[in-house]
Amino acid sequence: MFGRLSLNSLPLHEPILVATFAMVALGGIALVAAITKYRLWAYLWREWFTTVDHKRIGIMYVILALVMLLRGFSDAIMMRAQQAIAFGGSEGYLPPHHYDQIFTAHGVIMIFFFAMPLVTGLMNFVVPLQIGARDVAFPFLNNFSFWMTTAGAVIVMMSLFVGEFAQTGWLAYPPLSGIEASPGVGVDYYIWALQVAGVGTLLSGVNLIATIVKMRAPGMSMMKMPVFTWTSLCTNVLIVAAFPVLTAVLVLLSLDRYVGTNFFTSDFGGNPMMYVNLIWIWGHPEVYILILPAFGIFSEVVSTYSSKRLFGYSSMVYATVVITILSYLVWLHHFFTMGSGASVNSFFGITTMVISIPTGAKIFNWLFTMYRGRIRYELPMMWTVGFMVTFVVGGMTGVLLAVPPADFQLHNSLFLIAHFHNVIIGGVVFGLLAGITYWFPKAFGYKLDDFWGKLSFWFWLVGFWVAFMPLYVLGLMGVTRRVNHFDDSSLQIWFVIAAFGAVLIACGIACFLIQLVVSFMKRDQLRDWTGDPWGGRTLEWATSSPPPAYNFAFTPVVHDNDAWWDMKKRGFERPVEGFRPIHMPKNTGTGVILSALAVAFSVGMIWYMWWLAALSFVAILVVSIVHTFNYDREFYIPAEDVARAEGARTRMLAGE
Amino acid sequence: MSAQPAPHSGDVHGHGVVHGHGEEAGHGSLKGYVTGFLLSVILTAIPFWLVMGEVIADSRVTAFVIMGFAVVQIVVHMVYFLHMNSRSEGGWTMLALIFTLVIVVITLAGSLWVMYHMNTNMMPMPHDMRSMP
Repeated sequence: MFGRLSLNSLPLHEPILVATFAMVALGGIALVAAITKYRLWAYLWREWFTTVDHKRIGIMYVILALVMLLRGFSDAIMMRAQQAIAFGGSEGYLPPHHYDQIFTAHGVIMIFFFAMPLVTGLMNFVVPLQIGARDVAFPFLNNFSFWMTTAGAVIVMMSLFVGEFAQTGWLAYPPLSGIEASPGVGVDYYIWALQVAGVGTLLSGVNLIATIVKMRAPGMSMMKMPVFTWTSLCTNVLIVAAFPVLTAVLVLLSLDRYVGTNFFTSDFGGNPMMYVNLIWIWGHPEVYILILPAFGIFSEVVSTYSSKRLFGYSSMVYATVVITILSYLVWLHHFFTMGSGASVNSFFGITTMVISIPTGAKIFNWLFTMYRGRIRYELPMMWTVGFMVTFVVGGMTGVLLAVPPADFQLHNSLFLIAHFHNVIIGGVVFGLLAGITYWFPKAFGYKLDDFWGKLSFWFWLVGFWVAFMPLYVLGLMGVTRRVNHFDDSSLQIWFVIAAFGAVLIACGIACFLIQLVVSFMKRDQLRDWTGDPWGGRTLEWATSSPPPAYNFAFTPVVHDNDAWWDMKKRGFERPVEGFRPIHMPKNTGTGVILSALAVAFSVGMIWYMWWLAALSFVAILVVSIVHTFNYDREFYIPAEDVARAEGARTRMLAGE
Repeated sequence: MSAQPAPHSGDVHGHGVVHGHGEEAGHGSLKGYVTGFLLSVILTAIPFWLVMGEVIADSRVTAFVIMGFAVVQIVVHMVYFLHMNSRSEGGWTMLALIFTLVIVVITLAGSLWVMYHMNTNMMPMPHDMRSMP
């Protein structure tokens, strides 16, 4: 009945997990009680869970990402603490079995459930506004994608308290992830979490490509698209091209584990090296899936706060496209040491170095945008400058790692760990935080508090440097990654410094959360009445903050790449009458139901409860088919409602 | 999963954006379909004849010739049945096809190249393999 799930699967013997569970349970009960007390369930279901509004789905993605950041970061700080104390006679507080799950969970969560949802959330929120559309191309699909991503996150979180997570590292290389070396449920949790979330990611990629290609406002040719939209387009093209490879390789691994095939086993003709090859064919584009939207955010931020047109728009676009293609030609640099020989290693070493050229071009474009601009050091601009300083160092250590002989020394050392945290924190995270601060007033109608934001920025920036520079040093001295105990106590001081850095970053995250609360309390002082608090240049600033459900009462016509700047310059008059009913998609609960069923299916597969898997699989098919017969999917916002909303905005703009 | 067509997209496009949904590509003519069908039949019949009639002595050469015909057949299907041309959807279908081909070629050729090297350098000698069931 319960497959291999029994009472022993609950980690009751691990005091850390029991205490965590108690905390989570208490917090959960408090949250549920609060929602029930204030009768918010119906509101949440009607207005948020079932919504097809791209803005709300984008916000929900960001909330999911922030929740998962807390989980992923607690893993990080546990690792730092363990490594700072586990020297010589001290074993630290995490046994290897637990430590291995933590570093795996940290990697998986930070990439798949923090960075990806945050990137997708910002694209979802911003892109339709930037191109003057009323929603994405497939609004229901968008809701479904979000819930599938959430379902994946739920599966990962379940593994914390029921059973265990993979102990294989974040890419689960076989033969370690094969059924013989990992007979437990950990790798199955890993596989199904990624497969379910992968459906969401892939479909939202399709959705955003269709949106950008088909739904741009009249006049917005490809070369008039805002740079963030361009980078979003390239990112989604990468998603659509790369994620099927991940899905396929995980299917093969599942077949090895479930039905005894030998794709990646070490004997019977299997070849584990093929897994490494395939997963990095997905894995390297994934890196650019994360960083390209961040580049787009920096481009928007730099030109806005320098009050200047972006320097070298077309070179920026071409650099983005070149990176998109080149990102498919470098995957082998993740396994130079696997033994491909000189010709293969040289080829991939050179392509890797080549990719730094378009990236460098972007850095210079941002610098030249700032040159002789009227720079305002608002928060997003601070993140951007912090990014440029930090990311360039990460990029240079990347080029260093791209040299195969050097890589033979540095492979799998802490130098590598320092490098990729350098580019992911310094590039992706700083970019996303800049994006959140930049677009927050658009989403909620008030700005974020400056003081706590600046505190958060400095804690993050200093914390990053303190946490990761020691790892560069340790890596150069030959310390390898994923180790939970050291004998050489001369290394300890570096780990203690790194742990201190992690504490600084923790303060940065805390300040960010306080910033959200403080800004909410002070929202009347921070209110943005105009819809254009920063002197913006692109179309999202042409509508109110927060935008009405329909985004634009009339679809704007675009004449310039900085469409809104151009409209302001030419004395654009907002139309105040002649509104017409607006055709909009209707909310639906199908996405929630389908992804709940996907979780049930995954639980069935993970715990070998075949009846549950079969039942929920059939249910998924039935619900999907039934949904296709739902023809009641659209409605009109009456012209009077539009007129009322736009009238309110007219009065707001007049300062009444 | 059903992709719900955006009900409002008509509004957005109504303001002058190219309402491209296969209009430029058309849905083909009887002549086009017949041509495609005849070409497909011929391109299938020849490989069939090559195999059954044992026309080429070397079976490896036969295999390569058949694969050549398969590639031509793919192109025929795309042009006559899927209406692939450089104009449909403002060139987007062609661009997507080219991108897909580039990525697939990189992935397959790269994997073959890499794995060939890996197998030569790293895998156990063949005599180990003979003991497999």
